[in-house]
Amino acid sequence: MSIELGHFSLILAFAIAVLSTVGGYAYWRSGQRIALVLRQGAVLQFVLVAVAFGALIQAFVVSDFSLALAVNNSHSLKPLIFKISGVWGNHEGSMVLWILILVAFGAMVAAFGRRLPNDLMALVLATQSLLTAAFAGFTLFTSNPFERVLPAPLEGNDLNPVLQDIGLAIHPPLLYAGYVGFSICFSFAIAALISGRIDQAWARWVRPWTMLSWTFLTLGIAMGSYWAYYELGWGGWWFWDPVENASFMPWLAGTALLHSALVMEKRNALKIWTIFLSIITFSLSLLGTFLVRSGILTSVHTFASDPTRGLVILSLLALVIGGAFFLFALRASSLRQGGLFAPVSREGALILNNLFLATAVGAVLVGTLYPLVLDALTGTSISVGAPFFNLTFGALMAPLLLVLPFGPLLAWKRADIVSAAQRLMAAAALAIFVAILVSALGGVALSLAPLGLLLGFWVAFGAVAELIDRSKLGRIPLAESWRRLVGLPRTAWSTAIGHFGVGITVLGIVSTTAWETELVTTLNPGETATLAGYTIAFDSFEQVPGPNYLSDEGRFTITAPNGSTRQTMADRRTYVASGMPTTEAAIETYGFSQLYLQLGEPLENTHVVRVWHKPYITLIWLGTILMALAGVLSLTDRKVRVGAPRRAAKPVAEPAE
Amino acid sequence: MIWLRALCLTLAMIAPAWAVSPDEVLPDPVLEQRARDISAGLRCLVCQNQSIDDSDADLARDLRVLVRERLVAGDSDEQVQQFLVDRYGEFVLLNPRVSNHTLLLWGAAPVLLIGGLGALWLVNRRRRYAAPELSPDEKAALDELNS
Repeated sequence: MSIELGHFSLILAFAIAVLSTVGGYAYWRSGQRIALVLRQGAVLQFVLVAVAFGALIQAFVVSDFSLALAVNNSHSLKPLIFKISGVWGNHEGSMVLWILILVAFGAMVAAFGRRLPNDLMALVLATQSLLTAAFAGFTLFTSNPFERVLPAPLEGNDLNPVLQDIGLAIHPPLLYAGYVGFSICFSFAIAALISGRIDQAWARWVRPWTMLSWTFLTLGIAMGSYWAYYELGWGGWWFWDPVENASFMPWLAGTALLHSALVMEKRNALKIWTIFLSIITFSLSLLGTFLVRSGILTSVHTFASDPTRGLVILSLLALVIGGAFFLFALRASSLRQGGLFAPVSREGALILNNLFLATAVGAVLVGTLYPLVLDALTGTSISVGAPFFNLTFGALMAPLLLVLPFGPLLAWKRADIVSAAQRLMAAAALAIFVAILVSALGGVALSLAPLGLLLGFWVAFGAVAELIDRSKLGRIPLAESWRRLVGLPRTAWSTAIGHFGVGITVLGIVSTTAWETELVTTLNPGETATLAGYTIAFDSFEQVPGPNYLSDEGRFTITAPNGSTRQTMADRRTYVASGMPTTEAAIETYGFSQLYLQLGEPLENTHVVRVWHKPYITLIWLGTILMALAGVLSLTDRKVRVGAPRRAAKPVAEPAE
Repeated sequence: MIWLRALCLTLAMIAPAWAVSPDEVLPDPVLEQRARDISAGLRCLVCQNQSIDDSDADLARDLRVLVRERLVAGDSDEQVQQFLVDRYGEFVLLNPRVSNHTLLLWGAAPVLLIGGLGALWLVNRRRRYAAPELSPDEKAALDELNS
């Protein structure tokens, strides 16, 4: 019964979305009435999709195996949290989650955007409804999650064991919140193009949504990376997998959008480019959805053999992106560029940031799609993997990181590069000194490692230098400096913390890449091995049954270089329903470094044990958490709070020259 | 990301084997390091974008052993790579070679960057001669924000 209720709700949401789209585009000029209707429609869509999603969750929780989706992805013995997360651990359910987040963002605009002009509100919600209609239609007609089976089996087939992890409960919702959140920027861009209202006020409405989505996406990607790191069992944390690239490209484009919207908000410049980026960012999210959901990545050929879903998403993609760019081509030329600025200025620095980020998006996009296109056109199979991306992406990021600390220190309109360089002198000297020191201590294992360290320290110290500069530390009495520091706007803190996080992540990546050590050996209980000063003693081995798996557990005692000891357990599981094995590595954190221990297969009456020492690897994720924190901090700033504030304390605009 | 990788594991897990086993490791550490470096650039052909150095699949193990055999036989790194390319095609290389059909791939980033810089230079030059005046739109927007 509740399944049918959910099915019906989704159909109803689809119908309301279609009506909102048609009504919104037809009557967007009719003022308050249509805006009100669409706002109610947006909230209603959210409520209905939430009911549909709730029905699926309920079916999974009570193990209702008359639902085909539950049969294929659940098992009555599974712990509750994995029953719930199993709802989106598959194609159909994850589409419903996608739509839920889409309508949730629409409802948020409807709820918080009361200060939006009626015409803009109507067009934004109409566009948002168009997207809902498209994806709800796709889900209902090609991948219906509400299909029943008769007779209902007694037991389900269980979820893929690799997915039975807390990671599945957190990662996809966060990732989708970021991915799909950019739809708001897209809708605002379309609304701006249709209505012709493109000004600083527009940028002020869009920027909080961009920041919110970007924050979610940052956390989502970082979480996915950490999940892969601990679950896949060999300690890799980024693979340049097409599926990863699909989420990384919107992130890069979204990062560019954050910075260009800043220029538009403060200086009324870069209008065409900001609109373009808004469209591109969400288009990349859609492309990612297409790549993941069509199965085209597994092989071009499997895609061709069952093309229904793929072709439908591809048509949606072509329609939405094509339509948006058509509109863009029609209207972009009518946009006048605003505030003027010299090449050396805050604007100039932000443009440089956008140039490198946009090029990086292009490089990752080409690298991801190239094998598919080449195979489809010429039949030649090539692989584009990590070595290609590391080289290309690294070469593009190095100059970006080099100029990054200058940006916040440059004045708007026209800046003095010499003065900025002087204010960064201490940070540069310190970065060079520390990079040399660390390289000397660690030994140069990788020729580029010192350069990478230098960039990481430079960006991190540069961010601190900006705060010191703004607080006039050392130039005025200490108490006065402190007052200035505390009194800095939250956006200034956000910039500094975000950039500091970038530096920290770079340091983590460089140090773990350059100085990771590995030990592959065979051990019997009672034997010991050493790696990087740590002594690993294999204490015992036993087989233990888990809730829905059998576990081979190895217990180890790790003695750190400082003499402290820890007990830990690594296991190898075989799942009852599928017979599939997984490994659960033992990961012990020492400071910022980790010891990663995996119990491998039995080999001639002993056990293969793999141990990695990963120096400073946690900095990678700590840096991303700092970046997300910066996003949250910026959102709490009164000037950029979601929904556009009632009044600004000071006029944000300065007269153009 | 992990969802698709899970699929690869499904295929590979029928008879589990794991990334580099102790019995594969060469006694000579220099040779072994070369083998590891080469392996990191070779694709596990039955997997989703994994190198043979990372993969648990049986085929990956076979290829790792093969790479080590060639190295022991005295091949250079390039000869080992060429041997595998002859056998499995360029698909096996994770870092595609620069050739006619990868020209666009390798050229994309430099062309985009240089094109972007060129466009910026043009815009800047044009703007220098443009009349720096407020448009009516800008004035209106400014008044709105100042009010």
